Amino acid sequence: MNTARSNPINAALMHGALILYTLIALFPVFVILINSFKSRKKIFREPLALPDAESFSLVGYQTVMKQGDFILYFQNSFIVTVGSLTLILLFGAMAAFALSEYRFRGNMLMGLYLALGIMIPIRIGTVAILEMMVATGLVNTLWALILVYTAQGLPLAVFILSEFMRQVSDDLKNAGRIDGLSEYAIFFKLVLPLVRPAMATVAVFNMIPIWNDLWFPLILAPAEETKTLTLGSQVFIGQFVTDWNAVLSALSMAILPVLVLYVIFSRQLIRGITSGAVK
Amino acid sequence: MAQVTLDRVRKTYPNGHEAVHPCSVEIPDGELVVLVGPSGCGKSTLLRMIAGLEDITDGALSIGREVVNDRDPADRNIAMVFQNYALYPHMSVAKNMGYGLKNRGASKAEIDTKVQEAARILNLGDYLDRRPSQLSGGQRQRVAMGRAIVRDPELFLFDEPLSNLDAKLRNQMRIEIRALQQRLGVTSVYVTHDQVEAMTMADRIIVLNGGRVEQIGTPTEIYEHPASTFVAGFMGAPPMNLMQAHIADGVLTLGEETHLPFAAPAVATDSVLVGFRPEDVRLGGDGSMMLHVEIIEELGAHRLLHGKLGGQPFSLSIGKDEVAGLGAQPITLPRDRIHFFHPERGTRI
Repeated sequence: MNTARSNPINAALMHGALILYTLIALFPVFVILINSFKSRKKIFREPLALPDAESFSLVGYQTVMKQGDFILYFQNSFIVTVGSLTLILLFGAMAAFALSEYRFRGNMLMGLYLALGIMIPIRIGTVAILEMMVATGLVNTLWALILVYTAQGLPLAVFILSEFMRQVSDDLKNAGRIDGLSEYAIFFKLVLPLVRPAMATVAVFNMIPIWNDLWFPLILAPAEETKTLTLGSQVFIGQFVTDWNAVLSALSMAILPVLVLYVIFSRQLIRGITSGAVK
Repeated sequence: MAQVTLDRVRKTYPNGHEAVHPCSVEIPDGELVVLVGPSGCGKSTLLRMIAGLEDITDGALSIGREVVNDRDPADRNIAMVFQNYALYPHMSVAKNMGYGLKNRGASKAEIDTKVQEAARILNLGDYLDRRPSQLSGGQRQRVAMGRAIVRDPELFLFDEPLSNLDAKLRNQMRIEIRALQQRLGVTSVYVTHDQVEAMTMADRIIVLNGGRVEQIGTPTEIYEHPASTFVAGFMGAPPMNLMQAHIADGVLTLGEETHLPFAAPAVATDSVLVGFRPEDVRLGGDGSMMLHVEIIEELGAHRLLHGKLGGQPFSLSIGKDEVAGLGAQPITLPRDRIHFFHPERGTRI
């Protein structure tokens, strides 16, 4: 261990900075959580106070549960997020493997073409996408969302994963070839386990925007049976009256599944780093 | 077990770079052949072509009388040991060693027996459940060897397997690999840039330079009769002394009026390269040859004198009991140890 790390003052400063950052980052979440358990009056009178016996109220959660089919919305959001992430990781990793492993004409151009999506926001093409979905009859299906999010996530996934895959030693892949592995087996059994931290990074990057997105669910799948959680919560935000109890409760509940997914991926991330994979 | 034949095997990259010029070699069954040369000489490319990891542009490669040019690496019945070991980091030692067998559909019992046997030979019995990251360099090297021998292949390929080890371990592993290869009697091709490894391990050495085969021979042949100045300079440490000598009326002159007491070879050119191994030269003499010693290197077992002979750099190796000082020293160049090379082409005369 070097001296800078073992110095107690440095350690204290470092931890101080990290704690401060954590507090700032968690503060809005904390405010949402405590206020979701308070009565409407108390939310506005003392927004920072903790709920006590007098102000405690579950009215927000009751409204959410009564109005609309929140379990279904949850399910929809979950299917869309997990489905999109699966496709992004699968196809992104495959494209990245091809780009990093094989020499072929136009490799460089193909890489640039795939990375182009990072620079051009997919929302520019919303009208065209909607026309396409209408033509294929995918409007108001979860598939419409999954396909669009997959397209949206692929460029960054290919970009990040191909960089990581270039670092996997050629000798290792060649050892696999001599040991009788097919190219698919090399990809699934050797390369993927080694780039797991990068996969987790890509998953985390893509998960939050997909979960929180309002734009595409509103345009492509606004039907009651395909509503996502973010879209479903919008019923409580009106032009003139907003049911803050319900909004805060819905948001509090929406945080949970993402939190679970994040914990899963970040564990992978840490395990990947600590396993000391490549020599 | 198998013999390996390379018949005018050649490698040209799409950008036109000729990595390996047509190369014909026959490796008899059970021999260990070392490919040696400086970096970028094409030795690794040639090995990878034998392994099937690199396409062969032209020519025929046979392993055990069958042409295998178009076969996948997995179907050539070979095993390879890589420079950085290339162990599967997410598998235990036992799984690493058994993986090739598992992919070929061997039964669990058979894999277990073979892995245990290999672990016993390589003293890895206590480490079978560990991950590669928990092993030292030498142990990883052994696991890589184990992975090769459990497969019971026709041909071993080694790609600079010792270059990541420290000097002491390298000497030890060198002997272990050679002993193991002799015991198993498997034909082997071994790539290295280290001429000591080449000399000590090889049944035969192939010296490569710039994608061309410079010389093929036993270590003694290569050392005693180098085919070119390149081989003479590459094999042996310190390398052979090579001096430009002028020929006039059949007399060889080094410069500064130092005449060599030998008849000049019959050549059309008016100069020739004269070579002497540092250990072939003797200290002492009649004073007609004077070496101006500038530096003495103490190596324990012997001593190296570096200086100038007739104005050209010259090194001399003497035993630890011989006495020598700086300044002019008489030396004797034995007539039967002289080498002549063509001054431009560098080929042996």
